[in-house]
Order: sequence, then C-alpha cells, then structure tokens
Amino acid sequence: MLQAVTSANPGNGDEPWVGRSIERVEDAALLSGRGRFIDDLGVAPGTLHATILRSPHAHADILSIDAEAAKRLPGVAAVLTGSDVKAVTTSLVVGVKAPVECWPIAIDRVRYIGEPVAVVLATDRARAEDAAELINVEYSPRGAVVDPLGAIAPGAPVLHDGFPGNLASDRSFRYGDPEQAFADAPHRFAIDIRYPRNSCTPIETYGVVASHDAGEDAYEVLANFQGPFSIHTVIARALKVPGNRLRLRTPPDSGGSFGVKQGVFPYIVLIGAAARITGRPVKWIEDRLEHLTASVSATNRATKLSAAVAVDGKILALDWDQVEDCGAHLRAPEPATLYRMHGNLTGAYDIRHVRIRNRVVVTNKTPTGLNRGFGGPQVYFALERLVQRIAIGLGLDPLDVIKRNLIDADAFPYRTATGALLDSGNYQEAVARAVEQGRLAELKAKRDAARAQGRLYGIGFTAVVEPSVSNMGYITTVLTAAERRKAGPKNGAQATATVGLDPVGSVTVHVASVPQGQGHRTVLSQVVADVFGLQPKDIRVNTEIDTAKDAWSIASGNYASRFAAAVAGTAKTAAERVAGKLARVAASQLNVEPADITFAKGFVASKHNPENRIAFSRVAALSHWSPGSLPDDAGHTIRETVFWTPPELTPPDDEDRINSSLCHGFIFDFCGVEIDPITLETRIDRYVTMHDCGTILHPGMVNGQIRGGFAQALGAALLEEYAYAEDGSFLTGTLADYLLPTTTEVPEPEIFHMETASPFTPLGAKGVGEGNCMSTPVCLANAVADALGVADVTLPLVPSRLAELVRGAEPPPPAGGATTAAVREGDRRLRGEGAASVKGAPEQVWAMLLDPATLQSVIPGCQRVDKVTDTHFRADVTLGIGPVNGRYRADVELFDLDPPRAVTLRGVATGALGFGNAEGRITLAPDGNGGTRLSYIYDAAIGGKVASIGGRLLDGATRVIIGQFFTALARKAGGGDAEGGGFSLFALLAKAVSLLGARR
Amino acid sequence: MTRLKAEQRHAVRFTLNGKPVEGEAEPRMLLSDFLRHQLGATGTHVGCEHGVCGACTIVVDGMLTRSCLSLAVQVDGCELKTVEGLAPSADRLGVLQQALRRNHALQCGFCTAGILMSLDHYLAKNPAPTEAEIRDLLSGHICRCTGYTPIIRAALDAAAELASSSKETSDA
Repeated sequence: MLQAVTSANPGNGDEPWVGRSIERVEDAALLSGRGRFIDDLGVAPGTLHATILRSPHAHADILSIDAEAAKRLPGVAAVLTGSDVKAVTTSLVVGVKAPVECWPIAIDRVRYIGEPVAVVLATDRARAEDAAELINVEYSPRGAVVDPLGAIAPGAPVLHDGFPGNLASDRSFRYGDPEQAFADAPHRFAIDIRYPRNSCTPIETYGVVASHDAGEDAYEVLANFQGPFSIHTVIARALKVPGNRLRLRTPPDSGGSFGVKQGVFPYIVLIGAAARITGRPVKWIEDRLEHLTASVSATNRATKLSAAVAVDGKILALDWDQVEDCGAHLRAPEPATLYRMHGNLTGAYDIRHVRIRNRVVVTNKTPTGLNRGFGGPQVYFALERLVQRIAIGLGLDPLDVIKRNLIDADAFPYRTATGALLDSGNYQEAVARAVEQGRLAELKAKRDAARAQGRLYGIGFTAVVEPSVSNMGYITTVLTAAERRKAGPKNGAQATATVGLDPVGSVTVHVASVPQGQGHRTVLSQVVADVFGLQPKDIRVNTEIDTAKDAWSIASGNYASRFAAAVAGTAKTAAERVAGKLARVAASQLNVEPADITFAKGFVASKHNPENRIAFSRVAALSHWSPGSLPDDAGHTIRETVFWTPPELTPPDDEDRINSSLCHGFIFDFCGVEIDPITLETRIDRYVTMHDCGTILHPGMVNGQIRGGFAQALGAALLEEYAYAEDGSFLTGTLADYLLPTTTEVPEPEIFHMETASPFTPLGAKGVGEGNCMSTPVCLANAVADALGVADVTLPLVPSRLAELVRGAEPPPPAGGATTAAVREGDRRLRGEGAASVKGAPEQVWAMLLDPATLQSVIPGCQRVDKVTDTHFRADVTLGIGPVNGRYRADVELFDLDPPRAVTLRGVATGALGFGNAEGRITLAPDGNGGTRLSYIYDAAIGGKVASIGGRLLDGATRVIIGQFFTALARKAGGGDAEGGGFSLFALLAKAVSLLGARR
Repeated sequence: MTRLKAEQRHAVRFTLNGKPVEGEAEPRMLLSDFLRHQLGATGTHVGCEHGVCGACTIVVDGMLTRSCLSLAVQVDGCELKTVEGLAPSADRLGVLQQALRRNHALQCGFCTAGILMSLDHYLAKNPAPTEAEIRDLLSGHICRCTGYTPIIRAALDAAAELASSSKETSDA
C-alpha cells in the first residue's frame, strides 16, 4: 500500500506557507540533468587528477616504496608517499588526550585495508591509475585484530603505542545510586550484544578539488563535505595554515551524505597537500571500491547492558558497559559516536540510577565517523532488546513494559539521569494513538492466526527518543572534569542565517546548513515568505558555503538533524529582524505606528486600514536608493545576519551530566514480520511508525526523511554489514557484496504524526532525520526474535544467520572428491585437493614442473620465469578475466623434494589487485599405462582488493585457473586429461588475485 | 569487427537526444565518462561503476543501457537518449518528471536520472503498469534517500496521466 503525499496547492495566500508540502525548488534542475554536483563542475586548465594507491594489508610495516617506473610514465606529474605529505602537514587532531598521531596517508605503517599509501598525480585519471599499478610497495605484515573485545584482550597486536592495549579511552560514570538500586531490585536482566559495522553509503562518492597559492600560503578547496565545520579547524591545522587561509567551499548539489561525507576531510588534507607540492590544482573523485573499503563507517560496538527491575517491569537502574570500535585511527570527531547519546542512555524511560563504563578501542578496520543515527542505533539496539527480554522474563506484554517506564507527560521539560533536558512530549498519548491508528489489535489477531497455522510470525515494539541539534560540547564528556577545566568550555550550537534585500527589493537568504538533498532551500523560502507576506517563489535561497565570505561557525553543516530546529528558526529570526526595521520604514511612510504594520500579499500595510499600504519591494529597496529617507532609528535594512544558539546547551557539569542535544523527538514503532520457514527470509508485513518531531514545517519532506531513514534502517537490520575476515581483509567491496535495499525489499511504512512543539526552538520544530535509523533495526529484531522464539539475534538478520539460530550450524560437506573447500566465514584461506592424469612418466612430468621454459609456456599469462636457484623461481604474470588485467610478481620456492615422487611449493604473489601466499604438495605416481597420476593438495590465502570485490567468486574461479594450467601442462606433455583441475602455484596465486579487479 | 588500437584515440560519433555529437576516445574510455567529461552531458551520474546502482542508465538504440559498463567506442553510430532529452523544453518538465516532483520522489537527485530513463523507457511500452511491475523494473536502481515508495507512486501517477492524455488525443 502506498500513501500518497503529494504537493499541496497554494491556497488563497492567507494561511502560512510553513506546514505545507509545496513542490521543491530544487527539483526542476535535478529532474532535467542540470544538477551541479562536484564532478559536474569544470576545473581549471592544467588541473592534475589524483588516484590513491591503498594498502592491501590490514596491518603491516612499509619496508619500501618504489615509484620510479610510475614517475616515468608519460603524463605523470608526481607520486607522493607518506613522507612527502608529512613534510608539508601536521598530524590530524585526535579526540582524546594521548600521544598518538593520525595522518591522512600511511606513514611507515598501514593499519587498515584501503589506507592510502601513495598518491599519483597525472594529467588524467586513467594515466594516474596506470602509474599506480607500477608502484612496488614492500610490506612486512603484522598480526591484525578486527574484533573490539579481541583488541583489548591480553597479547593482541597493538596498533598505536600511544594507545596501550588498543584502549583509547576508558571512562566510568555513575548517576544516582545504581549499586543500591541493583541490590534492592527483585530482578536483574542482562543482554550482551554486538552491533555490526554498516554505513548509509550515499550514491555520490567523495570529491575534492584543491589548489594552493604559494605566495600567500593559502588553500582553496571545493569538496562535497557536509560539516560540522568544527572540522575546518582540524583541516587548517593539519595544513599548517590559520583558518583564514583555508577557503573551503561546497558545490551547489551533493548526492546524499547521511553523515558519511563528514569523512571526506582527511582527503581534503591529502589533496590539499598534493596541490601544494605540485603547485597545480588537483582533483580527486573517489570510486565505489574506495568508498566501501576506506571512506568511513558507523562504529561497531560490543555492549553489555543490565537492568535492575521491579516485579511490575519498572526499570530501576541500568548498567552499561560499552566497548566502541572506532577502527584504526581515532579521527575527529570520534569518539563522538559513543558520547552523542550520553544524555539519552535511558531512552524514553524514567530511570534515575545509571552506571556506565565507556571504552573506546582501535582495531585494524577503516576509521569511523558520522553516520545517520550516530550512536542511536547502537544504544537502542541494546536497550530495546533488553526491554523485550524483561517482558518475556516477567511474563509481561512488551508493550506494557514500555508503557510502565515511559516518562510522564507532565514531567517535561525532563532532566534525564545522565543530563539531557528532554524538551517536550506526550509519550503515552503517542503510543495510544499509534496502537489505535496502526491497528495493533488486528495485527495481533493476524499473528495468532498465522501461528495457529504453524507459520513464523512475530511482532516487535520500540520506543525511542530522537535527539537533534547536538551540543558542540558533548564530546568533551570523554574528558574528565579536570581535563575539561584545563581545556576551557565547549558548548552550544551556533546556527546562522543571512537575509538580504537587493535594490529591486527582492529577498535573498543564505544559510550554512550544507544540504545533501533534504530540500533546505524550499523550506527556507516558505519560512521567510511567511515573515514578509510574500510567496516562496519570491525568495531566493543559497545554501552553498564559502568559508572565506559567508557567516558560519564550528556548528555549521548538515548533521544532528539540526536544520528544521536550528537553521530554519534562525532564518526566521533574521527575516523578522529585517521585517522589524522595514516596519519602521513603512510606518513613517504610511504615517502609522510600527505596531500597526503587517506584511501580506506583497504589501506592507496598516493592520487597521489595509488600503493604506505600500508595495513590499518599494519599502525593501529604499535602503539602497535613499538611505536618507529612512527614519533615524531604523538603520539600514539591506542585510541581517543572525547567529543563534540555545542557552540550554551548556557544557558537561562536574558530575558529568551533559545535555547532549537540544531537541528530543519521540518515536514509537511496531511491526509485524513473517519469516519464510524454508528460506528464512524476513518479510515485513506491516511497519507502523509514530513520530512526534514538534512542529512540522513541510509534511512531504518530513515523511521523506522518515521513509528514507526507514529504508536505510531496513538495510541495516536485514542486509548490510561491512564484513571483515579475521585477518582484516575487507569482504564487501562492491554493491553486489554490500547489499543495499531495493524496491523489492522496502515496503511503505505507515507513518503517523503528533506535534508537540519544542519550547526551545524558534519554530517549535525538532529534528526528524535520524529517528528510524535508531528505532527500526531493533524493532525488526524484536519482531524476528518474537517470530522465532529466540533470546539473541544479531544484525543483519540474513537468512544464513537465522538458519544457524533455528537449525544450528551447518554440517561440514562430505569428505572426498576434487573440491575446493568452501570459504568459511572469517577465514580467507582456500583449501583444496585433486588429481589428474598426464601422459608421460613421472620423471618427465617432474622435469617439466621444474623447468622454467615449460612453466612459462603453460602458466596462463606468464611473461617470464627466472630461475634464481634450482629450487627458487621468480615469475612475472599478466592475467585477467574479461577486460580486467593485472600484473603480478610471484616468488616461489620448492621444499621437501622427493624426485620424481613429491614436492612442496611455497610462495607469494603480489600485484596491484592484491596479494596471496600459498603452500601446496604435489605427488606423482605411475598410472600403470606409461602415464602419471598427479595428485595435489593446497592451502592458499588471498587478500587485498580481490578479497573485497571477488571473495564470493574465488572458489569457482580457482578451479577454473587450475584447470587452465593443467590442460596446458597435459598438452605440453603430449595429451591427457585433468580431473577436476590441477595445480599451479603461480597460476593459482596470480589468477586468484586478478579476479574482477576494478579499473576505471 | 574493427580492431582498435589501445594507445590511440578514436573518433566517436553518435546522436545524443536527437542531435549529432562527436569526440575522441581511447578504446578503454567508459561511455559514462565520455558523456560527462568529453561532451559535458553531466546529467548522467556515476554511482558504482560496476553496474549495480543504476544511476548511469541511459537508452542506446532503444535499449536500456548501463553507460558505466559500456565503452564510448561501442556506441559509434548509435542513437542515445539521456536525462537531458526528457523535458519538452528547457523551462518545462515532462509528465513523468512532474510526477516525481509532485510526489517528493527525489531528495538528493543523484540516482534520479537513471530512474527516469528506466521509467520513461518502460512506460512508453507498458502504459498501464502495476505496482509490482514498477517495483520489479526499479529493482535495478538504488536510491538511498527516498525509501522508493514515492518513486513508485510517481510512476503510477505518470502512467495514469499519460494514459488519459493519449486517450484524449485518440478521442479527438
């Protein structure tokens, strides 16, 4: 069922524009191919194009980088490595006090797959990529750790000496008297969860165009960065210039962000440095593999949560133990994901006693950053799963446990135990309306009927407080009170808006909100049109930012769902300030009191005598043409810039209470899901989502945010995970591996609204963009747990995982046969064995296997084989599937020679698309007909790019490669057949790493 | 089949939205890059370059085509239609485009060009699609902003409007 929310027709002009779903001013250009995204804009002649060579290892020392061949390629201007970049920059600021550095490119050591190792600058991208393939990097691998609890276990490989035991921060908090509450409570419930890594993955990737003026030592950067502009200070510091020498601009359009494009900032530093070193403008556009592998992700988190509970289900205290995994570097603003929710760790519930231990750890994975929901999904997955467990444990209805614990409607504004000031709401009323309008009784009857037929049907519930407009000071909660006193106060959320009038009286609005598709220009035109009595089409809104010319603050940008609550309200305030001055001008012209002035239908008029009026444009233009005609007290009316920050956003207090966000919307969701008993696929039967986001400015856009967040959350719940093998290999480097929801999975949620205005914002609005990313994953998980009758469920709820829950682990395949063992989860090793018949006696085959000339002729794509010693070979191999070619260097040694019966081969292959190492044993035996029976067993590990993009195809492709090699060997020997393949170490390694390489 | 030299640039001529265009491309140059960077037709977007996201979808000789999986030299002599060719004039939107705007079926607009091309192509041949058919068609496109349902609504709206206008025309 689809709910139609189409644009409202303009009314008669009396009712306000705010609150109406008018058509978006952004759309005509976007629908006609006239959007202006970063890669659509031209660059200056002579601009160099960058490509980034990235680490194929999760953790390794860089022994050497040989870029000579790459530099000699025509069109290549430079190849930069860590030391080159380090010479012109300083380390990025790290968010905790520790002797740790964070660079935008690897310095001597790589710590995650995809970490930049070299930047190639050439006249075009293709040439830069050609050159990148010619760079030889020698690595010495180290042990890798990808699990957050594994990282803090004794003996784990250490990433940074400044983070002993990989622990970047360890803080404990105590609010109320949790120990007493737990001691007194009749029940204690606990849950132990792992929240996976995922990302909201915008369809447009990162882009940066940078130039450097050596005369003034000033950078000019265009990037599809989304803010927060606190990061501007981080970038400027890293580039070693004061803020006024870093001009950062954004393109007019951005192809989605959802927090993710905050993570472009290390590349601003990297590309800025490249522009400075080469003395030329440099452009870099990220590709999809780079984005999935190495842009940024949400944090994964291991959480233990316990609750002290009364017999009626009332939660008396919570005990949180959170271990946050921020990846290989603690990049600004991390560990913000962990602290953004600090004031909201009691959710929508009235719980006065809370104990918290927050640990931040580093692992050999991509560094984390902003992502829609930002800490909310991780917190609510634990809290709301626990609420369901409490209900089951006490034999209560989960909805009753939710209702028993909700904050009372008359308690607002309500200060949570951990410090958040919840601005407004009526949670009981919202739940009641959702139950009624969403037809919960009918859904329950449906569940009962389905279960009576033996079907797997479940219902899940979630209640969530959605924070918005974050306090710039919340992150300082990671510091102790003493450290905070030393560092000075940080707090607030400065929003800014400028309203200007031009010489013909038309209105221009500028804000620093940096929209990424949300339609800010449309809403601002509504807000300002209402103030001036104009129509939205009369208001021209610009949302590009240029830090050299525009009003902005560290809080500027598009994050924390701050637009409706903070930015739109600030624009209203700025417009009202201009209107107040215009009223005085008009009052003097119309001979009335300013209080008698009204703005309506394009005129400034007397309220008492509407005929006594003057055209808005005339009043608005006067300050340009005849400032002398203005009344003395009016001042100019040309332009007003307003900065607005709410007084409620104070720094953390000495007891570590923090009002981490200004506004708090409320969401209550419930859903019915059915699970296919054979495939264990989860189908959403009905999803009901009730929102109270305060005053709604544009219903169509609010529902758009809800639907979009819901779809992303559905992906997080059912499909998406940035998967890593235990060795740190990244396994989901394409959109065929990292599965995003499509039209076949996403139903229309039933959306309901309640509007309890926020007393803290100029328009009464609260944020709404992130709520479903917090509520929906756990709501679906609760429903699946209900359907299957299981206590623990882990995201994403893919069928294979549910099958393990319901049916136990899959048994191993039957032994025997020429098979390549299936790749097990978390294990990148390929194992296999097989046999083949070859004409010729074992002695003859033996000689062939050890003869470089024969090998060169039978290994597919082999350029040359060099014999270093009798048992040591080096080979250059160029291999590809379809149009994708890659060059590899293989180094192989022979051991345990037992001529002509058996030999063990051990070797490594490296190339642009990855690396491999393998060991295999070949045995030769006479087949009784003058030929040879050859059998083999091998064990290979493959990593780097190929594991990210071709992991799921490696088994099959390996068999093909082996078959190719053996057919050639048999032919060389004078006929014969391979059974189920054959064995070639060179071919196996080289071919496997060449699979499906992505080249532009 | 002509064999092209990898190191050389080759002349490529085709019809883009009814107008002849030409340029030069190395054999390895993707059609999406050629359209965007050689011809300046930047309305076609590139989201994944491996054929999954659908943002780069265009019509080549009447067939829906992923321009990121095609080479520029392959379309020499072909007729191409891209998002820039959909509107009846520069200041007006077509029925399908209007339906997307009316239904708030786009936010960032990055994936929209590909979706428009698939829908435009499909609706021309299937004037009365069901919701299931539209969902099936659009399963080859990824949109991260809208949650899809407004796009499906817009497609059904546009189909209905196109059907009624063609009925009026045939009645007249």
